[in-house]
Amino acid sequence: MSLRNIGVVYRKELIDSLRDRRTVVSMIAVPILLMPLLTVGLGVLSVVLWGRAMQEIPEVMVLGGQDSPRVVAALQALGEIRVVPAQPDYAAQISDKQIRAAVEIPRDFDAALERGEIPTVRIYMYAGELRSGFGAGRLQTFFRGFRERTVRERLAARQLPQSLLEPFRVEEQNVAPPEKVSGTVLGGLIPYFVIVLCLTGAMYPAIDLTAGEKERGTMETILCSPVSRVHLVLGKFLMVLTASLFSAALSMISMGMTFQAGQGLLQTIEPFGGAAFPLQISVRAMAAVFLMVVPLAVLFSAALLAIALFAKSYKEAQSYLSPLTITIVLPAIVSVLPGVELNAVLSLIPVLNTSLVSKEIVAGTYHWDYIVLIFASSCAYASAALAVAIWLFQREEVLFRA
Amino acid sequence: MIEAENLSKYFRGPRRGVVRAVDGVSFRCEPGQVYGLLGANGAGKTTTLRMLATLLQPTTGTARVAGHDIRRDSQSVRSNIGFLSAATALYGRLTAREMTEYFGRLHGLGGPALRRRVDDVFKRLEIDFGERRCEALSTGMKQKVSIARTLVHDPPVMIFDEPTLGLDVMTARAIVAFIRECRTHGKTVLFSTHVMSEAEKLCDTIGIIHQGRLLAEGPLAALRVRYQQRGLEEIFVSAVES
Repeated sequence: MSLRNIGVVYRKELIDSLRDRRTVVSMIAVPILLMPLLTVGLGVLSVVLWGRAMQEIPEVMVLGGQDSPRVVAALQALGEIRVVPAQPDYAAQISDKQIRAAVEIPRDFDAALERGEIPTVRIYMYAGELRSGFGAGRLQTFFRGFRERTVRERLAARQLPQSLLEPFRVEEQNVAPPEKVSGTVLGGLIPYFVIVLCLTGAMYPAIDLTAGEKERGTMETILCSPVSRVHLVLGKFLMVLTASLFSAALSMISMGMTFQAGQGLLQTIEPFGGAAFPLQISVRAMAAVFLMVVPLAVLFSAALLAIALFAKSYKEAQSYLSPLTITIVLPAIVSVLPGVELNAVLSLIPVLNTSLVSKEIVAGTYHWDYIVLIFASSCAYASAALAVAIWLFQREEVLFRA
Repeated sequence: MIEAENLSKYFRGPRRGVVRAVDGVSFRCEPGQVYGLLGANGAGKTTTLRMLATLLQPTTGTARVAGHDIRRDSQSVRSNIGFLSAATALYGRLTAREMTEYFGRLHGLGGPALRRRVDDVFKRLEIDFGERRCEALSTGMKQKVSIARTLVHDPPVMIFDEPTLGLDVMTARAIVAFIRECRTHGKTVLFSTHVMSEAEKLCDTIGIIHQGRLLAEGPLAALRVRYQQRGLEEIFVSAVES
């Protein structure tokens, strides 16, 4: 094994790749920009859109209620909604977003309340539509208050204590450490992005160094040099691995900085609201996640190199690698789903295992037995993929595929 | 020196079955000689040269290049040859100097010795565009850099696969002059072509290859006597038809 030759090939591939715009974009620009855009960018956009929707005074129709002036007057006096004249096509108007909601006051509502009956008020809304939801929500709040007020009046009339209405209180308090709370909310997302960027960062160099070389006619040039094919593939592999790890490291640094910078801003966004919510990942967790990603990066680099080598052209390599991307992204998505927890069987499934253990690490939990198992299994898969890549590089029917 | 002994290469394909690209080819090329492998497209020239350059493994037979067996000692073979073909392109994003130095390093050169060697080769080939990226060079300039790449380790054996294919007249003439120069310097030169005039001008020995088999070989004068024809084109047609 000549480390010198591997080093010579690696150095050349590094210089060559850093001059390739596509590689630089996928390896440097995307990992740096993705997190700020997804968190701060989407966060700001959400705040703006949410804020606008909240500020709007929803137009609401009151259906019926001619014989119940008390409740109608209270509704009309409410500053949070604007009551518009009732029309028979209220449902169509809600669906067409012309009005946000409608409320149907049953016949003889005020009198029924006086008699102690239980009339039903119906609120009509467009399920899933944000502004309609706000309109219906304000009606709900109003009627909740109206109901409480009615009960209090009845209690007072019967000279009964107000505590009958609220015999005890319930308070909820978080006892989990801040990093665990952060990990539960974001824990699945952080490794997901790191894994995806680890893959995309390696993709273009892997294609460029194999199918790209075939297409440009440089593969034959390098093969007639005295460097052995094993050294050649190892030099290329190290370059692809560098790109993969560099993307992962950059994405994590960018993530850490984005969380720091955007903390105040994101605290205003639901469901991250609340001043106590710490939107950050510790340096220790970042280092641990990065370490777990290393064998995965080896696996990705070797697999991408082997598959791209089989292709005759850049385009063909891209068409081979697109389904692979989906196959790899899928386990990463599964790990984000609620209820998917790390166990011995899942520890052996590549990508999913790293994703799940990283989720735990971000939440501050270190299951050392699983960590060892996952690291070892990932190393085994990575070695197998590298062995396949080396083997393929020895096959002339692959290198000179016509 | 190149000594090919019963070299054969069969390819297996799903549609065409077994194809005998090269079938029992034997020849010998001495130092200070130019051996021309003459054949039509698909005759087996490129496959033969690729086997000699150890890019492809022979199905049967073997060859010795500069004293090294192509099957057993492929790395030593590649250390002793300069291989140039239409398919050996340059790394576009490297400069001419980086490209040549890269191959020098792969041949074990380094440090000031490598720089001196590259300077010498560039001077000899009149390359004064060493700092320009290969992708920005003209075809003629690219061909000069390719030659520099093959010469950087001063190999005793030069193998050229249709080196003038697609080149303009001036660049093609420069290549022909370079091949003559290699012969003058005592190198063993093997080159393939389908251009009769080129083979006529350059070769000490001509081998006519057709459908993977070496049909005839010898100096041009001997081939003229054997086939009772004056021009190489007529000799080639007679050899193929007989």
